[in-house]
Amino acid sequence: MTHQPNQLRQVRAAEAVRLAEDGYRVIDVREPFEWDQGHVPSATLIPLADLLARAPELLPDRTERLLLHCAVGARSMRASAHLVSLGYRDVVNLVDSLGDWRAAGGAWEAPAPLLTPAQQRRYSRQTLIPEIGAKGQRVLLDSKVLLIGAGGLGSPVALYLAASGIGTIGLVDDDLVDESNLQRQVVHTADRIGQPKTASARTTLEALNPETRVIEHRERLSADNVERLITGYDVIVDGTDNFDTRYVLNDAAVKLRKPVVHGSIYRWDGQVTTFVPFAGPCYRCMYPVQPPEELAPACAVAGVLGVLPGIAGMLQANEVFKLLLDVGETLAGRLLMFDAMTTEFSEVRIWRDPACPACGESSPWLAEPATDEARQEVPA
Amino acid sequence: MSSIRIPPVLREEVGGERVVEASGASVSEVLDQLFAAYPALGARVTQDGKLSPFVNVYVNDRDVRYQQGLETPVGPNDTVILLPAMAGG
Repeated sequence: MTHQPNQLRQVRAAEAVRLAEDGYRVIDVREPFEWDQGHVPSATLIPLADLLARAPELLPDRTERLLLHCAVGARSMRASAHLVSLGYRDVVNLVDSLGDWRAAGGAWEAPAPLLTPAQQRRYSRQTLIPEIGAKGQRVLLDSKVLLIGAGGLGSPVALYLAASGIGTIGLVDDDLVDESNLQRQVVHTADRIGQPKTASARTTLEALNPETRVIEHRERLSADNVERLITGYDVIVDGTDNFDTRYVLNDAAVKLRKPVVHGSIYRWDGQVTTFVPFAGPCYRCMYPVQPPEELAPACAVAGVLGVLPGIAGMLQANEVFKLLLDVGETLAGRLLMFDAMTTEFSEVRIWRDPACPACGESSPWLAEPATDEARQEVPA
Repeated sequence: MSSIRIPPVLREEVGGERVVEASGASVSEVLDQLFAAYPALGARVTQDGKLSPFVNVYVNDRDVRYQQGLETPVGPNDTVILLPAMAGG
């Protein structure tokens, strides 16, 4: 076939398939959401709206043989005309639909949809982020996060995890909603005073995102139930209000190799870090010896600024997302401290202690392999 | 003079200050001077004249347990941080 340079050619599906096999570079000018629903495997995606801006970078050679397509041939017609006007010398437009392309034997890749159309709409603002995308959202939807405590720290964490589409949220708490909680425990409401906190939180979370499964564990974490409670979850968020629970949780999490996102608050101060068993320090590495109770008063005794657990909880939720998505850098090995009075963040380094009774060299759990299930659930 | 950051649970013992100053060439010397200036603080975090093990001590961002303990050198521009665990949630 002969043609004049700098002229746009229009071809039917059968001819387009032949040209592609003959080495024409296939350019798909549809939108990313259309691409995700199926595409020509060798194609380059350049949405029409981006074409003029990105052509110099993605199509540097104006003599390259180009075959453009969209869904039915209209957008690619405009795109082809743009390219010809820019001086591209061999531009071919597929005037038929992609259905015709496939019927003519054109190569096609239709990945199993990761997200339903409703999920694509609901989570579009985070799937647009390159580090998340549809794949990352699928990971979040399949993830299970356990919150120890549905109080000050647990409230903001739960709200944002549910809003973002974490598939399963477990809540461990045996308290009832009290009027004095409402100043900071924003998952609860005034009309639910006296209800179990897990039930109140569940009502809020299910209203926020009906897709999130909320599991109530209406009990107090103890050495007797801790392993049963945490075993099915991917990440544990520690928002408890006492040392005993924190040490009990630490030891079980090290044993079962569950990452724990730690938060603690006092008046105007907050501390956040992430413990990844055997990869970084654990709570006992950081605090081998528990302070006397009078040096560790709970919020009920010492008081706490309402926004403080909000700030610390947001930082915890941020850690959860990085652990689940396996992106970025967590706070493992760093204790982040926040002083609300001066609005200052500072950090100290925390180290794995070789003498740590939980995760050190003499750890009883070092040699004991985690269950296959537990090991798979620990993000790398 | 080195700065010593006082954790919130111990601020009452230093008159509500968040940061106090003391001099000394090592953590131990700095703490001795600190506890001499604020005996209530010393009473809270020492046992038998020794720093209680529940208080972590950092020079800048480094835990002295992984340096030379209480003999870790302290420079005039260094910040010493006293940090017991915090429980609230």
